[in-house]
Amino acid sequence: MLLTITTTRKPATDLGYLLHKHPDKTQTFDTGAGKAHVFYTEATDERCTAALLLDIDPIELVRGPNPVLHDYVNDRPYVSSSFLSVAMSRTYATALAGRCRDRPELAKTPIPLEARIAAVPCRGQDDLVQRLFTPLGYETEVEDGAGGSGKGRYRNVTLRATKTLADMLAHIYVLLPVADNRKHYYIGDAEVDKLMKRGRGWLDDHPERNLIVRRYLGHRRALTSEAANQLDAEAGLDAEAENAENPAGTRRKEHPTLHDERIDWAVETLARLGPASIVDLGCGEGRLLRRLAERPEFTELAGADASAWSLEMAKHRLRKARKNRAGPDLDVELFQTALTFRDERLEGYEAATLIEVIEHIEPNRLDTLEEVVLGRIRPAILLATTPNREYNVLYPGLEEGGLRHRDHRFEWTRAEFRRWTERAAERRGYTVTIGGVGEADDTRGQPTQTGVFERCG
Amino acid sequence: MRVTIPDWGLILMIGASGAGKTTFVRKHFRATEVLSSDHYRSVVADDDRSRQTSTDAFEVMREIARRRLGRKLHAVIDATNLVPEDRRRFIDLARDCHAPLAAIIADPGERACLAQNEQRADPRPRHVIQRHCRTVRRSIKGLRRESVRRWYRLASPEELREATLERQPLACNRRALSGPFDIIGDVHGCFDELLELLQKLDYRVDRRDEAGGDCRFTLEHPDGRRPVFLGDLVDRGPESVRTLRLVMDAVEHGGALAAPGNHDAKLARALSGHDVQRTHGLDRTMEELEKQPEAFRERVKAFVKRLPSHYELDRGRLVVAHAGMKEDLQGRISREVRDFALYGETTGETDEFGLPVRLNWARDYRGRPCVVYGHTPVTTPEWVNNTICIDTGCAFGGRLTALRYPERETVSVDARRTYWEPATPPAEPAGDARTAQQQSDELLDMKDMTGALSSHTRLLGTVRVGRKNTAAALETMIRFAIDPRWLIYLPPTMAPCDASPGPGLLERPKEAFDHFRTRSVRHVICEDKHMGSRAVVVLAADPDAALRRFGVTNDAAGVVYTRTGRRFFDDPAFEALVIDHVRRGVADAGLWAELDTDWICLDCELMPWSAKGGGLVARHYAPVAAAAATGLDAAVDALAAACRRNPDNRELLDRYRRRREMAAAYDAAYRRYNWPVDSVEDLEIAPFHILASEGAVHVDRPHTWHMELAARLARDHPVLAATEHRTVDLDDARQVEDATRWWETHTERGAEGMVVKSLEFVARTSGSPVSPAIKCRGEEYLRIIYGPEYTEPRNIERLRRRATGFKQRLALREFALGIDALEKFIQGAPLREVHRRVFSILALETEPIDPRL
Repeated sequence: MLLTITTTRKPATDLGYLLHKHPDKTQTFDTGAGKAHVFYTEATDERCTAALLLDIDPIELVRGPNPVLHDYVNDRPYVSSSFLSVAMSRTYATALAGRCRDRPELAKTPIPLEARIAAVPCRGQDDLVQRLFTPLGYETEVEDGAGGSGKGRYRNVTLRATKTLADMLAHIYVLLPVADNRKHYYIGDAEVDKLMKRGRGWLDDHPERNLIVRRYLGHRRALTSEAANQLDAEAGLDAEAENAENPAGTRRKEHPTLHDERIDWAVETLARLGPASIVDLGCGEGRLLRRLAERPEFTELAGADASAWSLEMAKHRLRKARKNRAGPDLDVELFQTALTFRDERLEGYEAATLIEVIEHIEPNRLDTLEEVVLGRIRPAILLATTPNREYNVLYPGLEEGGLRHRDHRFEWTRAEFRRWTERAAERRGYTVTIGGVGEADDTRGQPTQTGVFERCG
Repeated sequence: MRVTIPDWGLILMIGASGAGKTTFVRKHFRATEVLSSDHYRSVVADDDRSRQTSTDAFEVMREIARRRLGRKLHAVIDATNLVPEDRRRFIDLARDCHAPLAAIIADPGERACLAQNEQRADPRPRHVIQRHCRTVRRSIKGLRRESVRRWYRLASPEELREATLERQPLACNRRALSGPFDIIGDVHGCFDELLELLQKLDYRVDRRDEAGGDCRFTLEHPDGRRPVFLGDLVDRGPESVRTLRLVMDAVEHGGALAAPGNHDAKLARALSGHDVQRTHGLDRTMEELEKQPEAFRERVKAFVKRLPSHYELDRGRLVVAHAGMKEDLQGRISREVRDFALYGETTGETDEFGLPVRLNWARDYRGRPCVVYGHTPVTTPEWVNNTICIDTGCAFGGRLTALRYPERETVSVDARRTYWEPATPPAEPAGDARTAQQQSDELLDMKDMTGALSSHTRLLGTVRVGRKNTAAALETMIRFAIDPRWLIYLPPTMAPCDASPGPGLLERPKEAFDHFRTRSVRHVICEDKHMGSRAVVVLAADPDAALRRFGVTNDAAGVVYTRTGRRFFDDPAFEALVIDHVRRGVADAGLWAELDTDWICLDCELMPWSAKGGGLVARHYAPVAAAAATGLDAAVDALAAACRRNPDNRELLDRYRRRREMAAAYDAAYRRYNWPVDSVEDLEIAPFHILASEGAVHVDRPHTWHMELAARLARDHPVLAATEHRTVDLDDARQVEDATRWWETHTERGAEGMVVKSLEFVARTSGSPVSPAIKCRGEEYLRIIYGPEYTEPRNIERLRRRATGFKQRLALREFALGIDALEKFIQGAPLREVHRRVFSILALETEPIDPRL
């Protein structure tokens, strides 16, 4: 919420000319979400310090005409964030542009500068501020803010370097929201232009370029890749060649993931068994459905998931997949539903898939799941997959006994999976074939276990 | 001529062009009841009269007719309907909709038709009319074959003009009879048991011998009760004839009702000379009947044939049928309806004993009317989804059972002996302590969680929840909520009092009291508002009791869940310890015996806040304190330096110093409610509503009763805590003043505040219920809600402008739903009724309201 800028270049009070703010006055500006006060804490020939103090109206943030928050309790009024960047562009506009009417030469001259920024949010990423500023030639000092249980989240940052004032302001302007990673306004296309303008001459070579672009643009993929392309074009690089390095790039990885293999397995198995209508139970964002939609032999598809958001994504995916489809018309329906409740809408499909779903159900609800899937939906074919717990020790990132996903309620050994599938098949009049997907280990089997149920009679 | 038509259904007009059909239907039916082909041709194609236009017009008409028949309304088809193919599709439609059908033939003669044709703007050629008239005559012969059972021919212009129309309800529609009824299960010739049962039900049965060994029965009840027989009067038992005699007399002269059973229907077929297998006891009945005079056999045959397949009674609230009746077939008529009534829903397959495999229609029954049926012997009649089978296998040596309606109690007599050995071995007791309803409840239906939901509540009538809300709540419920069988309640949200007009405090007791005073509630209770997390505790005395009452159990034989239905503790072992503590409290306070229950549902506040909100505190509340301290310290330092150079900055410095102090106060405020929890004993659980126990939802008790029981629970208990409270007579200024002072000192000491409730759990003002509770919170606590600096005059003045009305109304709706969920639960209603209400509460909570009231 506070940015002070100090110079020791004599006469230090020339800082007043550079910033276009008189050292003996206190001035107040409107910044949209509140006010900004500019005043000097010292102004001698040797040393001059200008302070930009944010005065954000906490109530206005929530109740104003353009509310940016929905909680009165928040850190925004106290931290140095995108609000401060906006305030800088309003109060120090000419300095940021590198212009100075009275000392034009000075604006272009590197001078010894020190900036102190109070309460920079870094959420435990201690070295982030260093990583952002040090490559630009700053001597960076980071100290803990006031204590309390929120310790470690906010830092007072001091930057020292000999630079033009405009450069330093531009660096701070761009990198503050990056450190904070929470922009207060809607991020639109104009942000790419702003980033290009303020990042000119330094961003492209910055070792954290990708992180800066991603965070500055609020993690919006389309914008991020556009920015990357512009940067590459500016640097005269072949965008194609750089793609593999670019985390925002769209090129597929060389090695198929386990996830891809599972989907391949499901598509192939279904193609072999030949049902025309399939319901994907727990379809998530529709990755399997998309693949099924591209194949002409499947004419009726449905997806079921608990998450309305996932279904939106699935809808979007399927719209694209239909364009790639050759062959007869496709009938697709998506249902927001649960697999521990009866849902007549899911009944009547020839095949059903339960890909990585059962482990998300509470163990004491598995009987109900069985009744719903094999008792009520009663497809002729059911494909089920679930993680093989025995395989987990081969995952280096997983602590012992840990599960692969936070929402997994359990993971089964091969024996446990076999017990469940065989009992369910027996009770419901199905035969089941057990298999696996993924690279097999001699003693621990494959990472994914599969069961193919086929209805008897 | 009097034309009698069903009071709803498909009416097929048949007649030549110009026969006067349109004039006839205009006179006798409302415009909306009539579907005229001329009209729909214009609707689909203006003036075009091609064959395709006709096809389209008839398709539209059939679709409209389908919707109307679905609603049990009339659909009168005003078209020539001359050839069988034309009629076929409408006749099929009536059958598909299980709707009654009647045809009215307008046949005034060729002359009249031709004369009428001349009057038209676009007369048809003469030969067309003449051909029409010939076709009509031919049609009449074919109608029977087309299974049109009821038709009238109006054979002259006069008849057409003078015919009167009478609308007659279907035979199954006995909605006007409101009972009381005694519905009697499958008798199967067990006459002695039937007599005994009737006497037990207080009927006076008189028997008058008549010449030729004949006799007549009369049946009377002092309270005018009416017996309803569920069919299968005959076969297997020793005295089918006497049973028939009694029932026929009772129906024909005594106002009794009888629905046919499959055995009765088969008997009628045998008596009609059909070749039927004389198995399952039919041989016994036929043997008996053969000793009877021919007239008696004729009487039996006619009697059975006349019986409608099932009955709708008591304004549609009760349906009786031999083997049950699905909702979408009730009050309808078709072969399918009759088969369902006689045999139930079958798959068409037979089992290893050669008996038909039955589908469990009752398991999926969702209809409003209660359905009473027999047909399949059960050991004990049990309600499932508002249906009950009362065939207790008398002929097999079981019992003969009656259901008293509307009392819904069963009365039985034991069979005197086993008259017939069952083909299947008697069903093993399932080894399942759960009721049939609980077994059926294992699977709930998405219908009760999708789209707009409405639930009837005792307090507020119908409470509706919009589609958007249910969609938003669905994922939470599915992914995180506990097993629905435990989730019998969710607490309502709580609205704050209106903002105090100021200056100073945002909330004061006065406005909370005024809320009740203006709603003519005089007696209120003020309860300490604990600052923790809402927790609902549902627990049983032991796992058996849990299984019996909830149809589910766990190691803890209980659950603790949050206000969004999530389990409160992630670790089941810890949860079990907590529940054990509460269970011990309930036992020590003697509540099991006092409330005569083996389970209980408690509404509690669980402290510390950090026990559940710990993550939120660390992620959200603590960082704000740190940010405020860091940012404001730097600002104050800078301003102090600036002030030394330029005193004009004094004002700004003072303001930032004040901000710094408020930040410190906020820091203290949120910390007050946190402490580490290493063991169960570090928790504090304050129950404040003893919500429900076996057979009772304690909303008829005043809050003082709840507080007293809560205090007893907490006495000498390491974890349970009592709630400080006081009652206030709002007309007594001293009491109001005392309570206000109590609140002031209480909140000054750091308490969150108080909750003010009407002393009665459910208070009403001019008939409508009053808010269940209004909260009034202390100055410091509200920093956690409105932010560290809300006390700054500039801020607080703006915050006073808050609308509490919406949240109050929301709270009331949730309150009504919550109480109803519990009431449905204790009544043993289908779980979906409970769950729909609980889910509706969760869905209402997704309603966006003014941030953080």
